Amino acid sequence: MTKKTSYQLMQGNEAVAEGALAAGVNFFAGYPITPSTEIAEILADKLPENGGKFIQMEDEIGSIAAIIGASIGGCKTLTATSGPGFSLMQENLGFACLAEIPLVIVNVMRAGPSTGLPTSPSQGDVMQARWGTHGDHPIIVLTPSSVEEAFLYTIKAVNFAEKYRNPVIILMDEVIGHMRARVSLPPLAMVEQVNRVQPNMPPEWYLPYERSASGVAPMASFGDGYRYHITGLIHDAKGFPTANPNEARDNIRGLFAKIERGFREICLVDYELMEDAEHAILAYGSMVLSARSALEQLRKSGIKIGLIKLGTLWPFPRFALEHYLPQLKTILVPELNMGQIYREVLRVNAGKAVIEKINRVNGTIIAPDEIVKTVKGMVR
Amino acid sequence: MISNSQLVNKYFRHNKKFPHIWCPGCGIGTILGNMLRAIDSLAIDKNDIAFVSGIGCTGRTSVYVDFNTLHTTHGRALPFATGLKLARPELNVLVATGDGDATAIGGNHLIHACRRNIDITTIIFNNYIYGMTGGQYSPTTPHGDKAYTCKLGNIERPFNISALVEAAGATFVGRTTSYHTLQLQNIIKKAIQHKGFSVVEVITHCPTTYGRLNRKGGAVEMLKWQKQVAVDKSRAEKMSSEELEGRIITGVLVEKELPEFCEQYDTIIEQAQNQVKGKPA
Repeated sequence: MTKKTSYQLMQGNEAVAEGALAAGVNFFAGYPITPSTEIAEILADKLPENGGKFIQMEDEIGSIAAIIGASIGGCKTLTATSGPGFSLMQENLGFACLAEIPLVIVNVMRAGPSTGLPTSPSQGDVMQARWGTHGDHPIIVLTPSSVEEAFLYTIKAVNFAEKYRNPVIILMDEVIGHMRARVSLPPLAMVEQVNRVQPNMPPEWYLPYERSASGVAPMASFGDGYRYHITGLIHDAKGFPTANPNEARDNIRGLFAKIERGFREICLVDYELMEDAEHAILAYGSMVLSARSALEQLRKSGIKIGLIKLGTLWPFPRFALEHYLPQLKTILVPELNMGQIYREVLRVNAGKAVIEKINRVNGTIIAPDEIVKTVKGMVR
Repeated sequence: MISNSQLVNKYFRHNKKFPHIWCPGCGIGTILGNMLRAIDSLAIDKNDIAFVSGIGCTGRTSVYVDFNTLHTTHGRALPFATGLKLARPELNVLVATGDGDATAIGGNHLIHACRRNIDITTIIFNNYIYGMTGGQYSPTTPHGDKAYTCKLGNIERPFNISALVEAAGATFVGRTTSYHTLQLQNIIKKAIQHKGFSVVEVITHCPTTYGRLNRKGGAVEMLKWQKQVAVDKSRAEKMSSEELEGRIITGVLVEKELPEFCEQYDTIIEQAQNQVKGKPA
């Protein structure tokens, strides 16, 4: 990365790797799986060049365990996988949520369930990303809709993980992961890097899970003189297991509260042609590309339609929809799944507009023409 | 040598609510205590120790002691420890894990950690059963013995943990019992000093489940059994295979020097950085 903004033709997965490096990621553990492997290959080369570390683990359970361990050691960590590997990571993902360990998981989605359609695009893991690990927990899920966003959102993901002491998942569909496009790379000095807050009090005063005014507790790295306990059991402010109902409540509610406090900052949403829109397409990931193309054709034929582009899927940015609901007659939700965000849209809409969907689960994408045709049918 | 009260004052957490969760007569406390004595004899600063544990009775060891402690998920203590060690190679990383944790659900991680030769000391508390869940058979429950999921006798053959980790490439393997406390201390001490992946298998007892179900008596009888069956490696070498039938060979079984993972990775970093410097701007 140079001192001036440079432009480079790169693949979505490559953009994730570059974003990770720009964000200060210095530890990666992973296991090979298509279509995410490029991220591991690039970081295996580039991390040691920058003094960072890469390790290929025996499976995805070990991969997420290793990045949790490294994060506890003070590293900024990331792993990359696809559906089957993401399934294996779920238990330790819950550990990271409860123990409040910053880390980023990139899931380059492929069509499932099971081994599925290994190199075909899908958006089938939206609900798994939200609820895949057991128990009530908050999660942050970002989804890039272009190669440039793959770069930018990876930086955002690392920063959110550090700021909120919470795992962040990047859900990327295979189209974005393997698409090549021009990306503008800002000079490194211009990239915002957020570092977790570390304790500055004497070790004997440190309560590892006592939340500061921000709702997040300062996190000491192992080896820095603050000896404390980290566990996957419900714990008190000292980090010790507890079965006291009040302490258990504070533990779980505290996890949700810190994410609720950051809700507006975490929710990345963009609007295109929405000012006068009477109809909208709500899309994310590669579906944004089809939607944009359809939008152009539909506007030409006089239909007042706009695009609500979700960059954050969880927490669900309900205000993005609520703001425009009074002016909207219909909303179309095209997805490469059976309607996972569609259900969220129905929930927030609460009967106000007509909600339509296009779903595709056969490993192909939804073409702009199909969106145009569906919208014309809806508007009529 | 450090007295018991000094040991408690120095290494147990003052702000943690005791009593501990283990049953009367359990062998885990003995192993933990001797681990602490080994650490004390090496005079390692408490800040420089990371103690990582899995799930089960043994998994609970980490919460009581005043180190950097990490109580992980079932079977996964080793990959957590691997990430931590690679991130902070200057830390002494110790792992406490039970027979089920280490060789059933965590079996894959165990063999790969052995192969990788990362400088972690792993103590496997082998009591032949899943104690915390109430006494189900584990990968080390002897053939024919009873557990609550094999009341008519175990039809599976058990792992020999020390042989397993040796075959997987561990560069230090020691085995002893919770009866032989001095040997236990010495082996753990050597294991910590060893540069590379070390495993200490400690044969211990669960009087509450395994002992009761198999009519092995209480803790005292089970300790006496450990004394009877254990045979030191030096003596075992002079014994025939018939004489060794049913005996457990103890002592340092494997000790060899091979390149350690973190140190090798440092040379990778050096090479990668030299390559970059060599490239035209």
